[in-house]
Amino acid sequence: MIKILKYSFYDLIRSRWSYIYLFFYLSLGFVLLFLNSDLSKATLTLMNIIVVLTPMIGTIFGIMYFYSSREFTELLLSQPIKRSKIFLGQYLGISLSLSMSLIVGLGIPFAMYGVWNSSATTNFLLLLLSGTFLTFIFTAIAIYIGVSNTDKIKGFGYAILMWLFFAVIYDGLFMISLIVFDEYPLDKFALIASLFNPIDLARIMVLLKLEISALLGYTGALFQKFFGTQTGLLLSIAVLLFWVLTPLMMLLMKANKKDF
Amino acid sequence: MITVNEIYKKFGKLTVLDGVSFSIETGGVYAILGPNGSGKTTMLKTILGLVLPEKGTVEINGTSILSAWEYRKNIAYLPQVPRFPENLTVRELVQMIADIRHTNGRSEELIVRFGLSDFLGKQLGDLSGGTRQKVNIVLAFMFDASICILDEPTAGLDPMSLIELKKLIEEEKEKGKIILITTHIMSLVEELAQEIIFLLDGKIQFNGSIEVLKNQTNRSKIEEAIAALIKP
Repeated sequence: MIKILKYSFYDLIRSRWSYIYLFFYLSLGFVLLFLNSDLSKATLTLMNIIVVLTPMIGTIFGIMYFYSSREFTELLLSQPIKRSKIFLGQYLGISLSLSMSLIVGLGIPFAMYGVWNSSATTNFLLLLLSGTFLTFIFTAIAIYIGVSNTDKIKGFGYAILMWLFFAVIYDGLFMISLIVFDEYPLDKFALIASLFNPIDLARIMVLLKLEISALLGYTGALFQKFFGTQTGLLLSIAVLLFWVLTPLMMLLMKANKKDF
Repeated sequence: MITVNEIYKKFGKLTVLDGVSFSIETGGVYAILGPNGSGKTTMLKTILGLVLPEKGTVEINGTSILSAWEYRKNIAYLPQVPRFPENLTVRELVQMIADIRHTNGRSEELIVRFGLSDFLGKQLGDLSGGTRQKVNIVLAFMFDASICILDEPTAGLDPMSLIELKKLIEEEKEKGKIILITTHIMSLVEELAQEIIFLLDGKIQFNGSIEVLKNQTNRSKIEEAIAALIKP
């Protein structure tokens, strides 16, 4: 598995898109810090970008890589190696190379502005952690969609819809249900609903730590009330981990039964 | 040794393999022929474990291949479409496959034979289709596997490389290997193969030597004999 991971990582970090993604974060970091040298505020602005962008890039890269390497995957499948190792290796190769662009791209400007000697260190680390989680989650879901759909156009469409659902539609549905059922106690419903959307969860995780209650929103505030900051953080990390492992398991099971 | 027993495979409603059975016991070149969509590639992929049959068994050297992977140490595969990770160099790709197989094989000799030495440091995305096919050939033949599965090996090759490939196949045959080959080029079949397995609509229509095929169909040319199999 490590061998497959190593070579797909090599392949991806040399791709033009990886560089573009890296430079995007580099310039975003520098511009934000130049305009607003308060590290905490910059972290907050970045969070709003990261929770939407990392899932999108993970989704698009995941599905594109899967389809463009289909023939090569066939060659790998004909080698004496287990199927699950091939897919795990490729998945980790994509997720790690994307996460590296994020961490290096934001790490450099923030390090230059002295994030390591400030009170914002943990906030910043938590932000990178949430971006990494989202990359791993959405790459896994995207590859799962790729394995399930032989037709490229369909697969691409489903993947984009999936991202749109979690990034936009889910919140809309959530708001509508809060309005429609506002006569009922909705605390538990809202709490559970936020667990089912990794993007919401990542947002809550960062905001809990930032302790800006005004920005927490309804579910964030509930989280804080129910679990407190510490438990809330641990819980959101645990659920995000679950969100990585579930699509990954489904992907490996599907790949084991698939014809190539 | 390959034993294929009553293989059935459907893709959706389309039956691709409809009870295919054959067995190959001795070394030699076996041509798997048939019109487009007759199930040749699916047949080969079933032997490789890429396609999982609905019914039936495949045995390589006496053991079933279902959900096994170690047996692929004895199989070399040349896929139909040579597409590789674009940003890896030829050298890295060869090294990757060598790493997976835990042996270095004889890649250097083949790289020289197919004139790829100058391309070793180039990225695979920058290579032409024919050059990629040469890389494909190197990857398939660099290990000493007792079974070689070649899916349209001549696609995109220039005459020089074609001659080299034929020589290579002859050499492997001399070593007593089983070589399965699909192609639409009948002269290649006539030159290399002893046995023909002819598939039509997912069934084996003919299995035997070229001589028997010609006698059975009363034709002197192999193209005509094959045509006679399709339209008797």
